[in-house]
Amino acid sequence: MSIQTPLETIDAVLARNLDNPTRLIQILREIQEALGWLSPEVLAIVARGIRLPLARVKGVAGFYSFFHTQPMGRYRVLWSDNVTDRMLGSTDLMSEMCKKLWLEPGRVSEDGLASVATTSCTGMCDQGPAILVNYRAITRLNSQRVTHIVDLIRSNTPLTDWPTEFFQIDDNIRRRDILLGNSIQRGDALRSATQQSPLAILEEIKRSSLRGRGGAGFSTGLKLEACRNARGSGSNPEHYVICNADEGEPGTFKDRVLLTTQADLVFEGMTVAAYVVGARRGFLYLRGEYRYLLDSLEAVLSRRRADRLLGHNILEKDGFDFDIEIHLGAGAYICGEESALIESLEGKRGIPRIRPPFPVTHGYLNQPTSVNNVETLAAAALISVKGGDWFRTIGTAKSSGTKVLSISGDCDRPGIYEYPFGVTVAEVLADCGAELSKTQAVQISGPSGICISAEEFKRRIGFEDLPTAGAFMVFNTQRDMFEVAHNFSHFFAHESCGFCTPCRVGTTLLKNCMDKIEAGHGSEYDINEIFKINRLLQTASHCGLGHTACNPMFDTLQKFKPAYERRLKSLAFEPAFDLDETLSQARQMTGRDDAAAHLESNAEENS
Amino acid sequence: MSLVDNSTSISFLIDGEEIPFVKGQSILQAALAAGKYIPHLCYHPEFKPNGSCKLCTVKINGRPGASCITQAEAGLSVESDTPEINDKRRTLLQMLLVEGNHFCPSCEKSGNCMLQALAYDLGVMSPHFPQIFPVRLVDASHSDILLDFNRCILCEICVRASDEVDHKNVFAFSGRGITKHLIVNAESGRLADTDFLATDKAAQVCPVGVILPKRMGFTIPIGRRKFDERPISEQMEKVADAAGIAIRESSP
Repeated sequence: MSIQTPLETIDAVLARNLDNPTRLIQILREIQEALGWLSPEVLAIVARGIRLPLARVKGVAGFYSFFHTQPMGRYRVLWSDNVTDRMLGSTDLMSEMCKKLWLEPGRVSEDGLASVATTSCTGMCDQGPAILVNYRAITRLNSQRVTHIVDLIRSNTPLTDWPTEFFQIDDNIRRRDILLGNSIQRGDALRSATQQSPLAILEEIKRSSLRGRGGAGFSTGLKLEACRNARGSGSNPEHYVICNADEGEPGTFKDRVLLTTQADLVFEGMTVAAYVVGARRGFLYLRGEYRYLLDSLEAVLSRRRADRLLGHNILEKDGFDFDIEIHLGAGAYICGEESALIESLEGKRGIPRIRPPFPVTHGYLNQPTSVNNVETLAAAALISVKGGDWFRTIGTAKSSGTKVLSISGDCDRPGIYEYPFGVTVAEVLADCGAELSKTQAVQISGPSGICISAEEFKRRIGFEDLPTAGAFMVFNTQRDMFEVAHNFSHFFAHESCGFCTPCRVGTTLLKNCMDKIEAGHGSEYDINEIFKINRLLQTASHCGLGHTACNPMFDTLQKFKPAYERRLKSLAFEPAFDLDETLSQARQMTGRDDAAAHLESNAEENS
Repeated sequence: MSLVDNSTSISFLIDGEEIPFVKGQSILQAALAAGKYIPHLCYHPEFKPNGSCKLCTVKINGRPGASCITQAEAGLSVESDTPEINDKRRTLLQMLLVEGNHFCPSCEKSGNCMLQALAYDLGVMSPHFPQIFPVRLVDASHSDILLDFNRCILCEICVRASDEVDHKNVFAFSGRGITKHLIVNAESGRLADTDFLATDKAAQVCPVGVILPKRMGFTIPIGRRKFDERPISEQMEKVADAAGIAIRESSP
């Protein structure tokens, strides 16, 4: 193959994406994969190609963490910065890597070779500390691996020649139930569905009482029904089915394993959903961190097309046409929110829409759209084969079926555990090898979820008590719960989309407050500020990110207040900066370091 | 011509006052039309509502919501001018004040600025939070217009005006979270390299001091300006919106 010029590369990418502005995120990603970064000239060519104002294209490139409008070096190393990575030593290992490469975090080395920075949780919490190198996931970092990677970077070794074991990602499935232990053959769910009418399958799903597995727990049957009943608009009315695989909640990695081990079942669930709502096109929105899954998922789709499980007249059923496209995200947690995800799919900044109207009536391209979690769609495929009544016998009254948990943190056996709903936290802890007497807290459903203390370990996983999208992070009694909340406060500030005032500014003020307490300048005043900002976020935020952004601080302040109190300097107000320290430059310039040149000693002398 | 049905009289309550409305109006539109002021910054009657500044947050049947993006309905009970809600609004204003670089004494928009006027009217006595002091450059490249991004409150009104009225798309947003910022539609990023004109709608609508006409900063001296005379909540002049159904305070 001849080597393309940058212009030929851009033209090829634009042609492959049919100059379609709704594919802007895919266009930018593909160009960046080839050219390394997105220069102003490149963005201008793209804008002309897809006929969008340049400022819009720049705005999109500037929104997603994984797009670079500055050169970032030939090797871009990003350390997953979830608290579980930190508990496994990521902070020290990252410093070690920076020291060996002679560079500062976040800065590109002078020779343009490499940059090292942090990124939000990459979903490898059971095999961390994890990094992304040029957006390829590498797990189980340790000192030797850091040294090895530094050598490979220094010697300019192409990523394709790096040891394959670096890129090995384990499923770590520790407990299987109806979903992970299913014996369904490819096509079974679809054959069962197409032998019935779409309405009959919809009834089956409603009868199952299946609820969304992304955390909110909306009835899947009602969602599909509302989408089916909504009329498409315009000259080309359509319905769409979207699988939300933007698994960004720190501590969650079950969709990664479902897409690795059950991809057919997930796609089959999407196809069943399409049959129900009357969709001809569907999308899998895959988070950018899971880029490595793209080729294998595309292969599964090709095989399904060849087997008449996708495409025209599926399973010889006249008029049943459906196909699936995979879109990759580019580093934006907010795109897990369904209306922000749709904006992203349309090639825009991932800003949650004003609701109502909801996606079931006005979704992708303003057409009725059902957005469902990976696990929900897999469960829908199971229901198609085995029936709603069967599904409802599993779990509890208000939470039918099973839940796949992603367990990480202080336990002997982190990984994937599938349980019928209703299991207690204590049972889960026993199974994953976390000693009850040595466990201080569990963060259920990630930073936006709830932090529970040891007194609450009898509580049950389920919509009646502890709803969860799957994250289950365990903290032993040695852990500092302030540090946990501190880490999460940085996460929310980084991931706020910036649309509404309370979340845009409030998450940064919260982060600054937590930094101030951590630096030993905090007081009771700052604690009250956290509560005050929490009340505003609850009242006035535009979407769930803002509503939940203060949960980690709120929960830990309620349940682990001593972790804060031992850091507080006084009960009165304290400034965020050290007044004496700020005078050090003046002291250096004047060559003085005597007692009178220091504030503290001044105060002592005067008293 | 109005497309709305005026035949039946329907109303809801704000702070116990009866507010008539026509179907399709938001709570904020109906309130302003009835002469009941609800503080707001990102709402502009000539453009689609945005719902981002959250100053117009009210309690609707006890539940908080932004009144610019919530449809008016008969029988609603809305709370707006209460100590609790005004306290939240003060906090939002303080957040906007520390997020940008707002130095009222040296700003030529002083007295005509909606952010300043609302802060005075709601009794904001200080920015309260530690200043964030972002680094934002000024763009003086254009012959007739100065852009001082330091004062941007990200209300999106100029973006909407340039898109919906001027059809030029001169402005857009880039960045995310606290780094979100206004950008200009040119490869250089400079206003001089766009087709922007001082007569554009987008040049007239900035509620704060970002988009400023050059050479007329102090033709009206500070002290004799719009909000120096009377508070913003008392200055609602009759201005009809596109559908002919709203009243707003005229733009400064």
